[in-house]
Amino acid sequence: MKKVLSILGLALCIALPQAAMATPAQDLKEFRDYFAERFPNTPFDDYINGVYSIDPASREQWEQIEEFAPYELNVSNGQAMFEKAFANGKHYADCFENGGIGIRQNYPYFDTQRGEVVTLELAINECREANGEKPLKWKRGPIADISAYMAYTSRGNVFDIKIPDDPRALAAYERGKKHFYQKRGQLNMSCADCHKFYSGNLIRADKLSPALGHVTHFPVYRSKWGGLGTLHRRYDGCNKQVRAKPFPAQGEEYRDLEYFHTYMSNGLAVNGPGARK
Amino acid sequence: MATIKIRAKESGGVTTVKTLMSHPMETGLRKDSKTGKMIPAHYITEVTAEHKGNVVMTANWAGGISKNPYLSFKFKGAAPGDQIKISWVDNKGESDSASAEIK
Amino acid sequence: MNLLRRKFIKTASFVGAAVAVGSSVLVPQRAIGAYMKAGFEAKDVDGAIQGSLGSTQHSASDAVMLKAPDIAENGAVVPITVSADMGGISAISIIAVANPQPLTSTYQLSSAAEPYVSTRVKMSKTSDVIAVVKADGKLYSATKEVKVTIGGCGG
Repeated sequence: MKKVLSILGLALCIALPQAAMATPAQDLKEFRDYFAERFPNTPFDDYINGVYSIDPASREQWEQIEEFAPYELNVSNGQAMFEKAFANGKHYADCFENGGIGIRQNYPYFDTQRGEVVTLELAINECREANGEKPLKWKRGPIADISAYMAYTSRGNVFDIKIPDDPRALAAYERGKKHFYQKRGQLNMSCADCHKFYSGNLIRADKLSPALGHVTHFPVYRSKWGGLGTLHRRYDGCNKQVRAKPFPAQGEEYRDLEYFHTYMSNGLAVNGPGARK
Repeated sequence: MATIKIRAKESGGVTTVKTLMSHPMETGLRKDSKTGKMIPAHYITEVTAEHKGNVVMTANWAGGISKNPYLSFKFKGAAPGDQIKISWVDNKGESDSASAEIK
Repeated sequence: MNLLRRKFIKTASFVGAAVAVGSSVLVPQRAIGAYMKAGFEAKDVDGAIQGSLGSTQHSASDAVMLKAPDIAENGAVVPITVSADMGGISAISIIAVANPQPLTSTYQLSSAAEPYVSTRVKMSKTSDVIAVVKADGKLYSATKEVKVTIGGCGG
């Protein structure tokens, strides 16, 4: 920890004065440069595979699981739900661009009319409510299956999250960025502590995954969960792990975080749903 | 929801079958953290693979197999276009089966 | 554990119904129900092997290949592959020595089946995994230690 703190302290001393002035594009470059230097043998495109891009031993096991990944059951289930009409006769396809197929890489986006970040799960539930259906629970179950299906149809599409020329969009991005670097919880750790500055190192027997590419493989089937969960389910778990009170799923904090988090993976391809430990 | 997915491919006279099943595979040794009660055992006890009415392979399983179980095996004597049928039965007497074309 | 006492008779009759008549591909019919039950309920390795394959005598053999990770990423899902470079294999058992019930599974192979099986097992802690194959009535095995660790990422 001392090493982390001193690295972190040094990094903050260098980063903070710039952060006040840095543009998102500059942040993105710094982020990519940081990981390129930390993991010189990992090709940029491989970051979509998370920890498996930096750990050959677990990669082999993951490849065995990927031969027939458990999330395939969820994708089939998600497809069936996606294609089923609502009571009023309409479909999910009516709510989305291109019928909802191959659009995962467009989320989250800043809606300038509403003045907030819209994530895919939020859009799915808003589609349901607009058509007289009850909203689904945010972290697991049907919404994860539908999100998995939509991600699956978008595999290979490259993320290119935009920050429109609107001060509110930039503010949402900055809030997300602040969240990422802010220490929290009894263990007083930030997302960046584990997934940037300490990535590749061990936390007990787990290797910490790099934040670069994180969001590309969600929703995720975790062996630990024995099922599929959304990104906000993982945010919730991570917050609890540092003994911080989690924020509500799909609340402003996590949507802003997802906005920053996904922007940092611009240039990488959708490869959800993913299988992880 | 379909509980069995099958992929079967023939090459050089040997057909490789991979199958993924949706099932909780509860050991009966786990406690529900909310109620404090033991979660009853619920697992697939047997998986049968059939080709042209013949049993190619039978798997005897119990709670030691992972949730949403995976199984792969190989056999001879099939040709592309043939069907491979996978069936399972669990300790509660529930069952399901599915067939797929060998590619 | 009483909880594992289940309707194996029903299982055996299901197998009986599924089997075709007059084909040389068939596995000899045994009282699969009774002895398999004993094998799964056994809390020791010998009991697991005896119950599933009918004997406790097995010799280590290079012809049996066991593929398992050195360190399991997650004890709930450990990929295991067993194959063998020998003929006449009628059954394969996979045993996780330190599990509460060491026998994870047994596979009955017809003469058309290749000596190969791959699955994912649960391991409660670090232990040896033993793959035992039955060929012409004799048992051969391969053993590998798989470490199961406590993860840090809520694992």
